[in-house]
Amino acid sequence: MLHLVNKSPFERNTLEACLKRATKGSSILLYEDAVYAALQGTTLAAAMAQAAKTHEIYVLTPDLTARGLDAASVLDGVRPVDYDGFVDLTADKGTVQSWL
Amino acid sequence: MSYQVGGKTVEHDEEGYLVDIGQWSEDVAVMIAEAEKLPLSSEHWEVIHFLREYYTEYQIAPAIRVLTKALTKKMGEAKGNNKYLYELFPYGPAKQACKIAGLPKPTGCV
Amino acid sequence: MSVESDNSAEPKVKRFMYVNRKAPHGTVYALEVLEMVLISAMFEQDVHLTFLDDGVFQIKKGQNPSVLEMKDFSKTYRALDGYGIEKVFVEKESMEERGLSQDDLIIPVEIIGREELGALMESMDVVLSA
Repeated sequence: MLHLVNKSPFERNTLEACLKRATKGSSILLYEDAVYAALQGTTLAAAMAQAAKTHEIYVLTPDLTARGLDAASVLDGVRPVDYDGFVDLTADKGTVQSWL
Repeated sequence: MSYQVGGKTVEHDEEGYLVDIGQWSEDVAVMIAEAEKLPLSSEHWEVIHFLREYYTEYQIAPAIRVLTKALTKKMGEAKGNNKYLYELFPYGPAKQACKIAGLPKPTGCV
Repeated sequence: MSVESDNSAEPKVKRFMYVNRKAPHGTVYALEVLEMVLISAMFEQDVHLTFLDDGVFQIKKGQNPSVLEMKDFSKTYRALDGYGIEKVFVEKESMEERGLSQDDLIIPVEIIGREELGALMESMDVVLSA
């Protein structure tokens, strides 16, 4: 299963809501303002690194680039994907849930 | 667009449904039915009042399948079926009965 | 009638979950989802309705939005049973965080834990959320 999150974790709790329910081994894609959750050095970094051990966490690179960020600023264990990768994930991971 | 009932003006939309369901009365129902060229019998009123009660309780107009099920429960199978309802309201319980009862178009009417 | 069918005689019934996470009157999401659920009932799919996070406020008893000149669609949840929608779940943690218990809810529901909810979601063919 694939969970989609698109809101900044510093403004909204949708990522937290997702992490509370996403089962072990499920995938989570961070896009739009949710890409800030994937960064090193934030107050969330430790929790995200932990989450990356039990879930496949992806981040959409065009949304990083647009915000002056890149794959090098992303936590270890978080996997950058482009739009094609996003499409593949939605096709391969089965059920999709958007945490709006 | 409006119905004129006893000197009062009751607004309706382009399909004849009341704009404000609070304006409904039995006189208004008679007026809508006249516009539909449908004389109302006691069997019609039974369905109209049932729809009003359903709306008051649930705040929606029931889909036809739900209406027939609820009518069967309350009045028995002879009155809780499509054929009976279409005989009373030839343009359909949704299109005609709800309209005359002053309800909006049924939710789940696809 | 079915939404889709394969070549076999039996139409495929899919497992649908509607996820309600928003409180009822501040935004239009709750009402929109409710209307979607009522319409989907016509397609005879295996519908699951869940309330979590602020979504549990949607089915709190005693709402009176008429003071805001808004429709009281909390009454409409009680019509779901008549529409054949019987699988209604509330997440225990969300309910308790908000100081609510089953007695505060307008309809009978099945209370499930957070982990169980996650697993249930995982078992769906389609999940729709607001």
